[in-house]
Amino acid sequence: MIWLTWRQLRVQAIPVAGAVALLLVALAITGPGIVDAAEDGARSFLTGLSADAFKVTLYYVGIAAAYVFPLVVGAFWGAPMVARELEARTHRLAWSQSVTRTRWLAVKLLGAALVTVSVAGLLSWGVTWWAGPIERAIATGEGTGPFMVSRIEPAVFGARGLVPIGYAVLALVIGVLAGLVVRRTVAAMAVTLVLVLGVQLFVGVVVRAQLVEPEKATSSITQENLVGLMVEGASGPGDPIENVSEIRVETGRTGTWELSNVTLDADDERMRSLPAWVADCGGPPPGESAQAGARAACFDRLADEGYRQQVTWHPSSAFWTLQWRETALLLVLALGLGGLCFWRIRGDAP
Amino acid sequence: MTTALRTHELGKRYGRSRHWALKDCTLELPAGRVVGLVGPNGAGKSTLLGLAAGMLVPTVGHIEVLGEGPSSGAEHQARVGYVSQDAPTYRGMSVADHLRIGSHLNPRWDDVLVRDRIDRLGIDLRRRTGSLSGGQRAQIALTVAIGKRPELLILDEPVAALDPLARREFMQDLMEAVAEQDLTVVLSSHLVSDLERACDYLVVLVDSEVRVAGDLDDLLASHRRMTGARRPSDAGPAGHHVVTASHTDRQSTFVVRTGGPAVDPSWDVTPLGLEDLVLAYLRGDASYERPRPTVEVIR
Amino acid sequence: MIEFHLDSRSGVSAYLQLVQQVRRALRLGLLDEGDQLPTVKDVARALAINPNTVLKAYRDLERDGLVAPRPGVGTFVTRTLTDNTLAAHGPLRTDLQRWLSKARRAGLDDESIEALFMTTFRAASEEDIA
Repeated sequence: MIWLTWRQLRVQAIPVAGAVALLLVALAITGPGIVDAAEDGARSFLTGLSADAFKVTLYYVGIAAAYVFPLVVGAFWGAPMVARELEARTHRLAWSQSVTRTRWLAVKLLGAALVTVSVAGLLSWGVTWWAGPIERAIATGEGTGPFMVSRIEPAVFGARGLVPIGYAVLALVIGVLAGLVVRRTVAAMAVTLVLVLGVQLFVGVVVRAQLVEPEKATSSITQENLVGLMVEGASGPGDPIENVSEIRVETGRTGTWELSNVTLDADDERMRSLPAWVADCGGPPPGESAQAGARAACFDRLADEGYRQQVTWHPSSAFWTLQWRETALLLVLALGLGGLCFWRIRGDAP
Repeated sequence: MTTALRTHELGKRYGRSRHWALKDCTLELPAGRVVGLVGPNGAGKSTLLGLAAGMLVPTVGHIEVLGEGPSSGAEHQARVGYVSQDAPTYRGMSVADHLRIGSHLNPRWDDVLVRDRIDRLGIDLRRRTGSLSGGQRAQIALTVAIGKRPELLILDEPVAALDPLARREFMQDLMEAVAEQDLTVVLSSHLVSDLERACDYLVVLVDSEVRVAGDLDDLLASHRRMTGARRPSDAGPAGHHVVTASHTDRQSTFVVRTGGPAVDPSWDVTPLGLEDLVLAYLRGDASYERPRPTVEVIR
Repeated sequence: MIEFHLDSRSGVSAYLQLVQQVRRALRLGLLDEGDQLPTVKDVARALAINPNTVLKAYRDLERDGLVAPRPGVGTFVTRTLTDNTLAAHGPLRTDLQRWLSKARRAGLDDESIEALFMTTFRAASEEDIA
């Protein structure tokens, strides 16, 4: 059964594993150079690296590969596993051997999962190791050019550490289940792509932030910490400003994942819109001369009326807690869907 | 005599369909026989065989294969060989790969027997089954099913897609396997001629129901065509069970299952060939002459 | 060794055809005492026929004392049918010719004679089987 599993998987597994191996070789060749540069270069390290087009590309390719890998596993390893058998009716050949259906599916699923974990693990480990010096620099506030996003932020988080393994395993199971339900290889692949992408987005955007209690701080809004504000109504120079929809302040914290940066009023209510006079805090629009003292008066008025800025964020230190929890969540989900596969395979063989 | 397959009021509906693919099927197929399952397309042959092979789950009723419920574990699966309609194979895999699947997945795999068969068939082990002819693919599927040394071999329309020569070769091979091994075979076909020589037990399935089942020689011995002067009704000669009746203005013809040797001399009685016998049951109206299959099992 | 063949249009069951072919071979001297019959497996394969049918035919011949199985080897001819029946052919033929001319005198044409013969023959053989 193990032989059959490998015999059927190898056609799809070898090209994917080959591509991953190629990427790992590129990482292995360039990685030590980055470590050295980070040790010597100190502050100018990322600036220097930004000029190296190959390494910048590799940085993005690494992230993309880690995100795309689960999609490939789901669509090319998972979806055809059972769908192709059902389509060609070969499941009837397989299920009339002296092996129960349950064992047949168990070996195929576990075999593919093992390959998936190995390849995803290697890929993620390689990418995470290679980008390590870069991300340590970003965490200390040296982020520059293409290297701005800290590893805990959504764009990068899913391509680092353990999480890619979780996504890949879940995608595999989603693919198998889609194949069992849809029974057509190509359709199952399409369904799998949509579902896996959906899970990646949903977990990344909605679920992840909830996995750890974020840190929270409230501060007054000053000329020093104001980053910017968003005004509404002024579509061109000279238009009257209707209101201010958003104020953002700087926290001075680096390497964090900022979840929210909102303005509260005196009653601790979140302000969706602020009065038009708040626009003065942003200074004069370009091309207009400043009214002396208007800006300072604006900040005073903000303080007088009880407006404060609240920021919530995940600190850099929450990275591994988030990684473990998200991976566990994905694996539990995979286990549940795997159970569905076994439930689904009982009953009539179509 | 032991029983290879026993069903009791077995019925099958697919999904939420209202149509019964098989209904009220009560059968007892003796072991050591070659059982032919005949009926038009859509009569429920594949459903019955699928149920026997453990591919399908009964909606109602009871089925017992070699004394156990179907799909009651790997050990039971080892005793039953099954080749589904159109003999599916992994088209991208070689013949050798298929033999390897067989040897890996079946504890009782008989490699010598299998190599012998493949040698005789003259099929290159390295060829992909996708590049073989339909007849050769059917032979590979049969070889894998025989190689596991089953006690019961279930073949669903094994020769339907084959040309006459391939049909003949397939049946020759099958009959040799039956001679060599202690094997019960159940095979289906919509053509009686495919089964005539090979089978010694017959089941006729029409409209999802068993019309007649029994030992082939017994069936032939007990059925007669009786021709005589026009009778007023479909009630045939006394003491005989009418299968079909047809009338012209002068003459009445009945196909009957005889109740005994005593025959009214006013009837012209002729024996019935297998094909005519089956046709009579295929044509017969189930409403008034449906025999209970158990009656047919003569020992 | 003889080779069997089956005529599927004859209306005679396969097992009976096998029996008849062995008997004919014995009668014509094609098979002699000690000759081996084809194995059940070989016949089953060659004719694509149920081995049970072959077995049944061989058992029938065995019951008539014409052949005997040797376990593990095969089935062998133990008696031929040549001498005694060939001797009986002559008188029987004379009887039949006499009966035929009687039938013609009674006004039966060829077709009627054949029909009468076949129905009587079939009825008689059915009684034998029963």
